[in-house]
Amino acid sequence: MIETEQSNPVYPDLAPIENDAPLPDDVLAGLRNYGIAWSDIFRFALASVRNHPLRSALTTLGVMIGVAAVVALIAIGRGTQVSITSMITANGANLLTVRSGASNQGGVVGAVGQGQSLTLKDARALADPMRVPDAAAVSPEFYGNAQIVAGAGNMEVRVIGVEPEYALVHNTSVVQGEFISDNDVRSLAGIVVLGANVAETLFPEGDAVGQRVRLGGQHVQVVGVLEKKGGSGFSSVDDSVLVPLSTAQRRLFNGRAISGGSFLVSVIVVQARSAEAMAATQEAVATVLREEHKLPLDGSGDDFSIINQADILATVTRTTQMLTLFLAAIAAISLLVGGIGIMNIMLVSVRERTREIGLRKALGAREQDILTQFLLEALMLSGIGGLIGLALGTVIALAVGQFGGLSTHLSLDAALLALGFSLAVGLFFGIAPARSAARLDPVVALHYE
Amino acid sequence: MNAMISVRHLARIYRMGEVEVRALQGVSFDIQRGEFVAIMGPSGSGKSTLMNLIGCLDTPTSGHYRLDGLPIERLDPALLAAVRNKKIGFVFQQFHLLARKTALENVALPLAYRGGVPRAEQLERAAVALERVGLGHRKDHRPWELAGGQQQRVAIARALVTNPALLLADEPTGALDTRTSAELMELLSELNQSGMTIVLVTHEHDIARYARRILELRDGLLIHDTAEERHDRN
Repeated sequence: MIETEQSNPVYPDLAPIENDAPLPDDVLAGLRNYGIAWSDIFRFALASVRNHPLRSALTTLGVMIGVAAVVALIAIGRGTQVSITSMITANGANLLTVRSGASNQGGVVGAVGQGQSLTLKDARALADPMRVPDAAAVSPEFYGNAQIVAGAGNMEVRVIGVEPEYALVHNTSVVQGEFISDNDVRSLAGIVVLGANVAETLFPEGDAVGQRVRLGGQHVQVVGVLEKKGGSGFSSVDDSVLVPLSTAQRRLFNGRAISGGSFLVSVIVVQARSAEAMAATQEAVATVLREEHKLPLDGSGDDFSIINQADILATVTRTTQMLTLFLAAIAAISLLVGGIGIMNIMLVSVRERTREIGLRKALGAREQDILTQFLLEALMLSGIGGLIGLALGTVIALAVGQFGGLSTHLSLDAALLALGFSLAVGLFFGIAPARSAARLDPVVALHYE
Repeated sequence: MNAMISVRHLARIYRMGEVEVRALQGVSFDIQRGEFVAIMGPSGSGKSTLMNLIGCLDTPTSGHYRLDGLPIERLDPALLAAVRNKKIGFVFQQFHLLARKTALENVALPLAYRGGVPRAEQLERAAVALERVGLGHRKDHRPWELAGGQQQRVAIARALVTNPALLLADEPTGALDTRTSAELMELLSELNQSGMTIVLVTHEHDIARYARRILELRDGLLIHDTAEERHDRN
């Protein structure tokens, strides 16, 4: 208290005011029972957004583009993952592919795939249910290349020597004619089953079955046409022809083993009973082959290698997930930039509306009321931007899937993530403008020009 | 304590860096219920500072202020907001109407901040307040569709809608022509005659004449009070 008695010449006999009287509780309670309803504050925020349509639209643009980018890119990333996965499983599920590995003859270790160590005898050993109990089917295959000639047409094709199990293991069947039978294999039959593309090229009229063609100089008869598998990335079966394994080994190519009196195979594909049995089957296959090849059981001298389909799938999944994450992170940066846009425009808006804020405070708005109103405005702007962006991203993803040649996969969690992130961006970047609005001094704000 | 406003040794000092501005150097007075008081003084006299303190928009550096018995200098900002809403109706020189809202919505604004008043009742009470200032037929007009005098009447309706204990008018006719000013002052006089306590800040004697008591400030001090003259005569 300043001593200013002499400075107040008027009314020297005013009653003094005691300062230490406690505040009456009922009066305080009356003042504390105060505060704007959520519905009213929501109405104010909505009115501000609606009253400036152009500004609001421009503000939401950044978030909109960001969310659209996140949604579309995640859809593309996931779509890629799905399509690669289906490519891998298109040729059968739960497969172990055994290839000739580094040969190990007389201490000279050759490069992987160079040796020709796998024989039909190995395949028979692997098909023994006593030795590899979890193998559902075993398909020994012999690969070669040859020219196929049908009338005037001819083309270079991959020739695969197979047994009937091939159809089972690779989940394929003929659309015309018949598949190769055990009898065909036993009799070294001169027959061929054409891949879908080969049949289309050589017999565009669709009358392939029954025709005689020349394959690698030998006359053979077409007995069937395979169903179309679609591009499976690694040399497609659609561009191959199938012959009986024995025919490939003995009539078309020289597949006699150097020793042991058996015949060579290029790969032995073993199908496990289930995804869970893959590891155990791989173990059993390795053990049997080591026994057959008289190799150390610890695996140190292996002349074969086993490719586990589950391992490939896991690698592909990991890779595409990282790709998706990477794409989403780039898109998230644009969302962040959108958030900065919200902050900028709202800071300008707070300055523009300084007098309005001063008035609201004079009429009884508390700091928290102003803060809430401006935060709600920021949330509305980012939320609207998020929703429109979600729709836009969905449309982009669908369009890319339809016309862009990339497969896309939309998912609810990605949509919710993008929407939630846009709201978080609105909240985060709305705080600074909202606080500057809430802290305005009403006296200064009311007289702001 | 019966006075609507009791002010004792009220001082407000602004510090701008090293410079101290003693805007108000300690004033004391009482304003009773139902009074119509004009605060006068040249610019820099401290009348705006006093007005902001009485309006609970600012807090004093020292001294005491009782508004309707409430110790204002001891209340926190949130409670001061409640006091402004419940006890005071403001009328400003620049009207301060929200441009995009209708007259009715502008008048209803303070009731929203009070809370506990449903929207329908807010609008109903706003309509009654507009009738009271003679603008019942302009409810749905926006400020730019109204003449200056009408805009200020909307502002007065907004001040009245909360049934405040005190009407605080800061240069209410500053932006109006002479005839409209006179009409507006007649409206304030009528409100005063029906029991409303009014404090008016002005630098125009023509306007101050409508008040029944004039406090004159100079250099942050109260130098004249017409109530004192009446006091002397008795």
